[in-house]
Amino acid sequence: MLSTLSRATRLNAACPRSRWYHATIIPPLISTSSPEFRQRAESMDLLVADLKSRLTQARQGGGLKAAERMRSKGKKLPRERLSLLLDPNTPFLELSPLAAQDVYPGENVPGAGIITGIGRVSGRECMIVVNDATVKKHIRAQEIARENRLPCIYVVESGGAALPHQANVFPDRDHFGRIFYNMAQMSALGIPQIASVHGISVAGGAYLPAMADENIIVREQGHIFLAGPPLVKAATGEEVDEETLGGGQMHSSESGVTDHLARDDEHAIAIARGIIGDLGAAGGKTTPPSAPTEDPLYPASELHGIVGTDPRQPFDMRDVIARIVDGSRFRDFKKEYGPTIVTGFAHIHGYEVGIIANNGILFSPSALKATHFIQLCSQRQIPLLFLVNITGYMVGSKAEKGGIAKDGAKMVRAVACANVPKLTVIVGGSFGAGNYGMAGRAYSPRFLWMWPNAKVSVMGSGQLSQVMTAVSRDPGQHASLKAEIESQSTALYSTARLWDDGIIQPTETRDVVGLGLALASRERTSPHSPYARLTTWEGGAERFGVFRM
Amino acid sequence: MIPTNRTVTQSLCRIPVQTASRALVNGVAVLRIPRASPGTAALVPGVARNIKNGESVRRVNAPIRRGLATTVHSNDSSSIRRPHFDKILIANRGEIACRVIRTAKKLGIKTVAVYSEVDANSLHVLEADEAYCIGPAPSAESYLRIDKIIDVCHKSGAQAVHPGYGFLSENAKFAEQLAEEGIVFIGPPSSAIVSMGSKSESKNIMLAAGVPCVPGYHGTDQDPQRLFAEAEKIGRYPVLIKAVHGGGGKGMRVVSQPNDFMDALESAKRESLKAFGDQNVLVEKFIERPRHVEVQVFADTMGGVVSLWERDCSVQRRNQKIIEEAPAPGLSPELRADLSDKAIAAAKAVNYVGAGTVEFIFDNDTQKFYFMEMNTRLQVEHPVTEMITGLDLVEWQLEVAAGNPLPLSQSDIPLVGHAFEARIYAENPRNGFLPDSGSLLYLSTPTPTHTFAAPLALLSSEAAQPTQRTPDTSSAVTPSLRLEQGFTQGAQIGVFYDPMIAKLVVHGRDRTEALRVLRRGLEEYKVVGVSTNIDFLRTLAGNDTFIKGDVETGFIKKHYAELFPPVNEPSPEVLAQAALYVALRDITKSNAPQSPWVSLGARRFNGEVCERTITLSMDQSPGTNINIIVGQTSPGYFDVRVQSPSGSPITFTSVAAQLTSPTTLTAFSRRTTIVSQLTPASTTSNIAERLHIFSADGSKITLALPSPSWLVSLEGDVLAASKGALRAPMPSLVVEVKVAVGDKVEKGQAVVVLESMKTETVIRSAAAGIVKAVRCANGEMVEEGRELVDIDASA
Repeated sequence: MLSTLSRATRLNAACPRSRWYHATIIPPLISTSSPEFRQRAESMDLLVADLKSRLTQARQGGGLKAAERMRSKGKKLPRERLSLLLDPNTPFLELSPLAAQDVYPGENVPGAGIITGIGRVSGRECMIVVNDATVKKHIRAQEIARENRLPCIYVVESGGAALPHQANVFPDRDHFGRIFYNMAQMSALGIPQIASVHGISVAGGAYLPAMADENIIVREQGHIFLAGPPLVKAATGEEVDEETLGGGQMHSSESGVTDHLARDDEHAIAIARGIIGDLGAAGGKTTPPSAPTEDPLYPASELHGIVGTDPRQPFDMRDVIARIVDGSRFRDFKKEYGPTIVTGFAHIHGYEVGIIANNGILFSPSALKATHFIQLCSQRQIPLLFLVNITGYMVGSKAEKGGIAKDGAKMVRAVACANVPKLTVIVGGSFGAGNYGMAGRAYSPRFLWMWPNAKVSVMGSGQLSQVMTAVSRDPGQHASLKAEIESQSTALYSTARLWDDGIIQPTETRDVVGLGLALASRERTSPHSPYARLTTWEGGAERFGVFRM
Repeated sequence: MIPTNRTVTQSLCRIPVQTASRALVNGVAVLRIPRASPGTAALVPGVARNIKNGESVRRVNAPIRRGLATTVHSNDSSSIRRPHFDKILIANRGEIACRVIRTAKKLGIKTVAVYSEVDANSLHVLEADEAYCIGPAPSAESYLRIDKIIDVCHKSGAQAVHPGYGFLSENAKFAEQLAEEGIVFIGPPSSAIVSMGSKSESKNIMLAAGVPCVPGYHGTDQDPQRLFAEAEKIGRYPVLIKAVHGGGGKGMRVVSQPNDFMDALESAKRESLKAFGDQNVLVEKFIERPRHVEVQVFADTMGGVVSLWERDCSVQRRNQKIIEEAPAPGLSPELRADLSDKAIAAAKAVNYVGAGTVEFIFDNDTQKFYFMEMNTRLQVEHPVTEMITGLDLVEWQLEVAAGNPLPLSQSDIPLVGHAFEARIYAENPRNGFLPDSGSLLYLSTPTPTHTFAAPLALLSSEAAQPTQRTPDTSSAVTPSLRLEQGFTQGAQIGVFYDPMIAKLVVHGRDRTEALRVLRRGLEEYKVVGVSTNIDFLRTLAGNDTFIKGDVETGFIKKHYAELFPPVNEPSPEVLAQAALYVALRDITKSNAPQSPWVSLGARRFNGEVCERTITLSMDQSPGTNINIIVGQTSPGYFDVRVQSPSGSPITFTSVAAQLTSPTTLTAFSRRTTIVSQLTPASTTSNIAERLHIFSADGSKITLALPSPSWLVSLEGDVLAASKGALRAPMPSLVVEVKVAVGDKVEKGQAVVVLESMKTETVIRSAAAGIVKAVRCANGEMVEEGRELVDIDASA
């Protein structure tokens, strides 16, 4: 017995990546023919199909007519500009493509009128923002860029802030002005800011190219001015056309507001690619993974049948992990202790990752185990992946006596202060304080993605009903409130409001997380720099950014 | 300095007679019955040197059979085989140099190559045992420099010189000077070169020997009026003006009416002067439906002459051969015998030695043939003769030069099957076969089955008349393919020398089979970098009239429409293949761990398919853009939508495609070779890149990736600034600058004369104006796209 074990250990040491029997390989325990599996798969298939059709619609943008109008002017569509910008045959990780859907009643704003995402340009991963207009999505993209030190490319064509909505986009901290504040600070942090102007960039929008480190304008197409011709006429009586007032020729040869004069959309993008190619050290680098990538042993398609869409139906998160990580290998940590939380080490696309996943409600030992594990990962500088399906921390006198509040707080503190990048995927529910402990949005994970079945709210619908009965006597009110809370807890509701970075299909989790981990491998802003995460900026050793001369 | 210690006896003793004899006919064991000695002196190289030793050797009136022959007595030389040279020099380049080196190697003879500065890395230099640079690129300063070549002979100790074809191969002075230096010229005696080199003299000799000649004037009076009178005397136009020392179509003009005579005469004389240093011409009857039939003869120093049968080289362009075959199709055994006998008579009339070709003009209408000229060298098309006889003619040349009798007698010479040679040239058939130049960016050839002609079994003919023969098509001949080439991928097919890239030689049991092998071979011959005639040759080899053997020298002109069918629009499948190639080549494969930002390829999420629009245009008609949308549905599988301007879009779904090599696309169950050629950044062009697509069926199509419109727009600005600039269309030599700064020029006025690949090009002003600048000088080499003269048209 002993000799067998030691032999296995020796083999593992010699060929740690082989597919031979290995204690860390998660065994196949799923029966794909069980009625339960089929039922879960079916319901998830429906949700995924719905998601796909919504996304297909969103990708069509402003519709065929608008597309024809742009083409007739010799302009490229936003997505065409994007695909010209990206290196051929490289991935694009789009962020929140369903943002703003059904948020403004009666208005359909596909993808919030803006495409944001991470892609490779001239061999460097960059944050790409095509068009502006939507403040929140723009600011989130900048946040991601700042955290991952991604050069930013702004492809601008916009009519500026919508006057009727000014109260929603102008005065507050995370409103319009924040975009330029972020640009200035990222530039100061050495994160390149590049803008390419393909259309009108007026008023506040004029600051976007003006704040950029290096910019491009398309001749006889791009216009930059603080006030357009009608406003100028009203203000000073001067009659002037757009091209004279803020055309590319003028800005490139006289005002110096722009640096490069492009002949057309394609040229501007070719110049932008050239700029990114010449970023030097400021471009940053993605570290290649330490190990070769290896596919999981089990097909990702089985995730549908494993998880299903009913948050009350439990499932073993190890079966999910087995379909996400390299070679389905997962080295469990404290497997037998606090078994309602699963912690352990694995590789995804070759990158090391520490996984924290839920297998039930959080008890004190579970919280302590998670806290221990987060400390390990912090010390070893291994990024954390949270696979979330949590109804919350245990309640009741036994739990309270056991100090669940204290132990839960330890876990929350560890998550809040962990000195490693965090990625969160909500695969089921994320309710109550469990949302804090499992790196919800408030805990600033680098990325937060949701599965189409995911739910986020202060409590699960079952608990909600009980609470309702306890606090209110009007059953009619219960029903409507319950329905409202339930609709507000869906992934679609969440993603429309930018509470996440997008809904992803279960089968795509591995690749999406792999791309995120690759970004997390980039050189980080020194954690000791007070400016890395501060929301206020009080100068110091950091310089100013690049002033436009 | 000279290997005097090597005696005849010693050398002879080393080679047993039988072995030597056996080796002669490519491995087929033959025991030759030696002929009686004709009593003529044969030469042994080593001995010849001893005689010379610095003292000038003058020829006497005795019959002379070799260029350097003086009388040396040897003991019954005919019965004992004389040894080969130890080391020979090849005074040539390209495929023929390689060809000679191969036979020399086979026989254990060391080889010395000479090369010009631009040829330093060429194949013949690499293959030879030694190689010496003999000067700069222009042949007049290198390959034509007799002094330098002789110098290299001494330096290297080469005992003999093989001149190949072209260059010094038919230069009597060269043969004489070699003789004076005690070096053997592997070729005929200089007297034969002189006699045959002059068209008029050769005709007189031939007429005397009973060989029929074309009526015309071959006199020395070169007064244009006299020549014109002689042309009139022939009777009917068209008449032919030919350089007396010409060859290969140079200095040759057909005059179809009296009015054109003087112009043609002047231009023929000019070209002749340039090419051969002599401007004498002759005037002849021009036969309207002629065939070019030539007989390969071989003569030894003992007076033995045999015919190795005839070749037909009728199909010509620009008066130069491109496809040759042996035997000539449709000849009766009697006619064949007549041709051979007349050719033998011609050779005998000039005491010929070695390999020679007697060219006849064969009148298709009357079935009569006339002597045209005798080429006193090994010819380009000699391999077709080798294929049908199973012989190695270079080996025979060495044999004869060593002083041995001909290895076979006339009745022992095989005539088996049918052979073709296709000459692959860098030229543009659709543009008047104008030569092209450039580097061989990509070269992929069929795999040759043989290096030398496949040996043939000897069937001794018992016929009373040994030259009266019918080709043997009964014996089972395995189809064979030979490749004679002097260049490898990356070589420059230059401005300085002949634009021939290679020769494809095939042999089959009959003409139909040989043509089939030829077509297949041409399909597999892929060249990128220069335009070639491969597609044309393939069409020709599949042409019905050609297959029937109904050939004549005007074949191409007559069948032009069939030989140049309209260029087909590329099929949607070919367009899809090109687009897939463009999409697939960006996929990098690496064994090192890669970030998913690389390894995931064109990964998109939530049902999005990464689509890429690839715009292609026809190479010849840029502007008609075709958009092809390639979407990767899963790794290795693609949806391809072809939106050609004519017709509705065609979609191919789930096409499995991959690049199995950087130039091989596997898609649609077929392998396609696709080679990319980037337009040099220095030239302004609407085309960014060309894709040369060789389909599985052998057809070649070139598609272009157009430059983005912004680039064209930027270039437009640059061009606008230099509107009046005249540029060199190809790398060339400036022959004459005809204007100076400040000159007034008319539209169409000749401004600069360029020469490229021995062909003159006149650059003319595109508009009337004043010469603003001259940016080239007489005798200067200019690269393609170089501004020559700037003309201010506004003035």
